[in-house]
Amino acid sequence: MGPYRMSGSSPGRNGERGHPRQKELQVQGQRSVQVHAAFREQQNWTYSLTVLNDIISTMFNRKFMEELFKPQELYSKKALRTVYDRLAHASIMRLNQASMDKLYDLMTMAFKYQVLLCPRPKDVLLVTFNHLDAIKGFIQDSPTILHQVDETFQQLTETYGGLSAGEFQLIRQTLLIFFQDLHIRVSIFLKDKVQNSSGRFVLPVSGPLPWGTKVPGLIRTFNHKGEEVRKAEFKHGGSYVAAPKEGSFELYGDRVLKLGTNMYSVNRPVETHMSGASENLAAQTQESIAPNPLAKEELNLLARLIGGMEIKKPSGPEPGFRLNLFTTDEEEEQAALTRPEELSYEVINIQATQDQQTNEELARIMGEFEILDQPRRSASKGDDLLAMMDEL
Amino acid sequence: MFRRERSIPLRGSAAALCNNLSVLQLPVRNLTHFGVVHGPSAQLLSAAPEGVPLAQRQLQAKEGAGVSPPLITQVHWCVLPFRVLLVLTSHRGIQMYESDGSVMVYWHALDAGDASLVQAVFARGIAASGHFICVGMWSGRVLVFDIPAKGPNIVLSEELAGHQTPVTDIATEPAQGQDCVADVVTADDSGLLCVWRSGPKFKLLTRIPGFGVPCPSVQLWQGTIAAGYGNGQVRLYEASTGTLHVQIDAHARAICALDLAPELLSAAEDTFVHIWKLSRSPEGGYIEVEHCHGECVPDTQVCGARFCDPSGSSFAVTGYDLAEILRFSSM
Repeated sequence: MGPYRMSGSSPGRNGERGHPRQKELQVQGQRSVQVHAAFREQQNWTYSLTVLNDIISTMFNRKFMEELFKPQELYSKKALRTVYDRLAHASIMRLNQASMDKLYDLMTMAFKYQVLLCPRPKDVLLVTFNHLDAIKGFIQDSPTILHQVDETFQQLTETYGGLSAGEFQLIRQTLLIFFQDLHIRVSIFLKDKVQNSSGRFVLPVSGPLPWGTKVPGLIRTFNHKGEEVRKAEFKHGGSYVAAPKEGSFELYGDRVLKLGTNMYSVNRPVETHMSGASENLAAQTQESIAPNPLAKEELNLLARLIGGMEIKKPSGPEPGFRLNLFTTDEEEEQAALTRPEELSYEVINIQATQDQQTNEELARIMGEFEILDQPRRSASKGDDLLAMMDEL
Repeated sequence: MFRRERSIPLRGSAAALCNNLSVLQLPVRNLTHFGVVHGPSAQLLSAAPEGVPLAQRQLQAKEGAGVSPPLITQVHWCVLPFRVLLVLTSHRGIQMYESDGSVMVYWHALDAGDASLVQAVFARGIAASGHFICVGMWSGRVLVFDIPAKGPNIVLSEELAGHQTPVTDIATEPAQGQDCVADVVTADDSGLLCVWRSGPKFKLLTRIPGFGVPCPSVQLWQGTIAAGYGNGQVRLYEASTGTLHVQIDAHARAICALDLAPELLSAAEDTFVHIWKLSRSPEGGYIEVEHCHGECVPDTQVCGARFCDPSGSSFAVTGYDLAEILRFSSM
């Protein structure tokens, strides 16, 4: 795309013939706008890569991973949202509340889908490996971060590789408890018909079977000597085929399972729909009306987890890079105002806790990673460059 | 053929557990009790015929210390000779209540003992055998409680050692009055089945290995063991000998619930519920199985299923994330 327009004496688009100096300025102005737009796109691209690198290196930071791998109970929804918030702020990227909420909704529903649809419980590990494979694709040019991800892979294999089917079943059942009653509708899922309009995921009764399961339909009868005396068939109602092969649990390999691969590898919509998304309010509010919504243990756990994160402190003239998941700023503001009460995420307000000692400890840790809110201003670096180009 | 009847609404959706529906039939009072686990709470409700809900009650898992409230693993009514008790197992212990859930009569805290840091500690698998209540543990042990005819004087009578992996389910049937009759079957995460004879001291009669595939649900009826496995298979064994009689490739996903009396009901995460007719062949004495009916509960990962009457002409189903009990009855 050529950013420069030919200057010449031919008339402008609307046939105006003004003062020669004026036309020159006009052409110059148009050229500036186009250069500005092209540069902005280049800038966004550079920022995207920086943001990806920062977030991924924070997520796979050794201290943070060490905390994650400690045996622990399922996080509460508040705790997970808080960690997620910190992670999303690990780069120069900023999100307003509404966009942050939407991002979290997308992540939650996507992961719910992946866990729910796992053919056999051990496939949850293959889903995680698919996540890592995709992440490695984003940071191919950063050997340090690549190494961090590979180390995490190693840890996952050591920790989970030897678990039994029963243990994986318990893990999967526990994860499903976290996602219980969440029915936010996600555009990309509705479009692909993996979620129906009620917010429930479609469970197909056809397709490949889990590794180790035979095609339903056979009844075999044996006598007391162990000899097969009868073989009969019955109609099971589905349309299944045996799995072609088992997914690979190696560092590199064909996972076979598609769950957990990048659903946004092609440009896809990111809308979510709120209304009717939260059922069983009685059951949900029960969780939040407990006298101390956060047990002391959970605060300590959070502190250690967040303490293990290297949060990037935006310094000096570094410009802010704001991500808006809606089409316009107005739409984003509107979304924030109209979000249903029962679906508002409460990020943990550490200052509000009663426990003085824990409070001080946490404040100290949080203080080390203070996130400054960046005022929106134009990229000063960009302006300089633009000015230079205009002098050409 | 079965038709769908009116559903019974639940206050909280059902959790993704196995055997997540207990039914207590009270034909004399024209009532049916249902018990479903939501997560940290369990819901009990009673319904009249036609599924009209009458009363409901929520029970919480005891001992809320720790990061989050403890999760309940199972809720089950135990019918004993002189009383009915409701038993609730969780990641903290075993709670026993009067049958309507109004009064807790016994609490047994789990002893984490020599569980390593990475092992989950919980109780799971509940069944009544005579005047005993058997409850399984994460360690593979089965606790046997001696229950008096009334009152809270419940005593831990014995601890059975037969399993090395967490217990999943326990099935019992009234002893037929003869010696050496198997009347208790316990199952675990490795698929191993242990067959016992109950008494002041339980006796292990035989073991049926599982080869690593979990057996989440087991039933025992007239000397026949029905076991459902994580690979979707249902197998029928002779309880006294452990001989395999029938193997059914019944489901496309892990089986989560079985019921038996006299028909066999199987339910799995593949959204299907199947009903099978069992009979003993006149000549060979072996068991024959015939498929009667298959029901698809669309887009629902079934987690519990039970017959609602002794003849098996009606059954109820629960599913993960579903806030209602689905009911079916034969036409």
